[in-house]
Amino acid sequence: MRYTEDHEWLRVDGDVVVVGITEHASTQLGDVVFVELPEAETKVAKGDEIVVIESVKAASDIVAPLEGEIVEVNSDLEDNPGLVNEDPTGAAWFFKMKVDDVALVDEYMREDEYKAMVE
Amino acid sequence: MTDLARTPLFDLHRALGAKMVPFAGYEMPVQYSLGVMKEHLWCRESAGLFDVSHMGQVLVTAKSGENADAQAAFETLVPVSILGLPEGRQRYALFTNDAGGIMDDLMVANRGDHLFVVVNAACKAADLAHMRAHLTGCEIEEITDRALLALQGPKAEAVLARLAPGVAAMRFMDVGVFDWDGVALWVSRSGYTGEDGYEVSVPEASARALAEALLAMDEVEAIGLGARDSLRLEAGLCLYGNDIDETTSPVEAALEWAIQKVRRRGGDREGGFPGADRILNELEEGAARRRVGLLPEGRAPMRAGTEIFAGDAAIGAVTSGAYGPTIERPMSMGYVSTQHAGTGTVLDGEVRGKRMPVTVADMPFRPARFKR
Repeated sequence: MRYTEDHEWLRVDGDVVVVGITEHASTQLGDVVFVELPEAETKVAKGDEIVVIESVKAASDIVAPLEGEIVEVNSDLEDNPGLVNEDPTGAAWFFKMKVDDVALVDEYMREDEYKAMVE
Repeated sequence: MTDLARTPLFDLHRALGAKMVPFAGYEMPVQYSLGVMKEHLWCRESAGLFDVSHMGQVLVTAKSGENADAQAAFETLVPVSILGLPEGRQRYALFTNDAGGIMDDLMVANRGDHLFVVVNAACKAADLAHMRAHLTGCEIEEITDRALLALQGPKAEAVLARLAPGVAAMRFMDVGVFDWDGVALWVSRSGYTGEDGYEVSVPEASARALAEALLAMDEVEAIGLGARDSLRLEAGLCLYGNDIDETTSPVEAALEWAIQKVRRRGGDREGGFPGADRILNELEEGAARRRVGLLPEGRAPMRAGTEIFAGDAAIGAVTSGAYGPTIERPMSMGYVSTQHAGTGTVLDGEVRGKRMPVTVADMPFRPARFKR
């Protein structure tokens, strides 16, 4: 798993990258009440705001960590946004994206580096 | 940034693991370890304890010694019957300004030989100055050595009655003084959640002991400002500064119910409060806009500031919006032009550039459970 400064986690699964938010981020957000996901087959640029998360406190965005194409979204989150709090690094993945080169994921932080950042 | 004030329960909030935030000049708990959603549901199911010590507690006493003089004087500031408020009872009131807007909303209790007034924290200084300027026949005493706790929820009566048995016999909006181990508790049966419950003014020195005695009971959890906001919104109650302010009149704000007949046109004590011309007119003719409940379709909350449209025309805006944990859907309140204010009217709210359907709905979103 790799981590972005925006508190996303990235997991390489074959030729796609699975993206979610970290435990730390889900705790900071508080109870999540609404998730708006992109359409599958959307082409995205790095930094595009593609997911909206509304918690009991406020709305926040998830940005595309890499350039590529969204190939699958986790529609379970639309019916059960609370999953983001219950299992942020497992069942509550947000989207899977196809990228030109999965090796680009390695430019993001390792777990120890991310932990050092949030502590 | 100015230093934030702390309530007598500050150390307890810390010890309970609260997340503290600045609110109306105070460092206040926004949530405890349960989190906003669970705190909200706990209060609806059992009993929640809130620290509301940031609010202003004020005694208004007639210099003449006759409480009727204080009552009559107070009526010059509010469109509410205070002379008609019996001893031992409390009533919701509004300080209005000369333009007919709302300076603050407040609670006024008749305690026999004086009035006990509770005002919003953010308006406290202005309210005190206002009362001192206009109620010259009265002593205005701000109480600074008492904390204010709210205990809300269906189990509040059983819980508080263990400490002060007399509170069980109170009805909604009754006030009284009760002894708890030699400490005088000023209790009202009221609150800001739509639940049965109490607000308890307690001497500062005993505040932590009282809070801990309540929290030691299995039914009670501490509840932060986050859940306080979603609870009051489900109950359809206004937050001063969001849903009502100096630019909104009582009629626009759909608060006519707070203005008794005796203060309206044709009543025995008609008018005689700031902004009476406008407010009395609007009571008869209505206002151009109105505060309404709004239920967004789908799950996306429409938060404060969301613009409301009827077709292409911008006709209003949301003033409070959140997810309602009990009603399990997003809910908002806001102002729309009166022609679009009918229950069931379907409008659009613009969220992140997209127009989403929203329906005008009756409030409260969740029926109140007061003990009448």
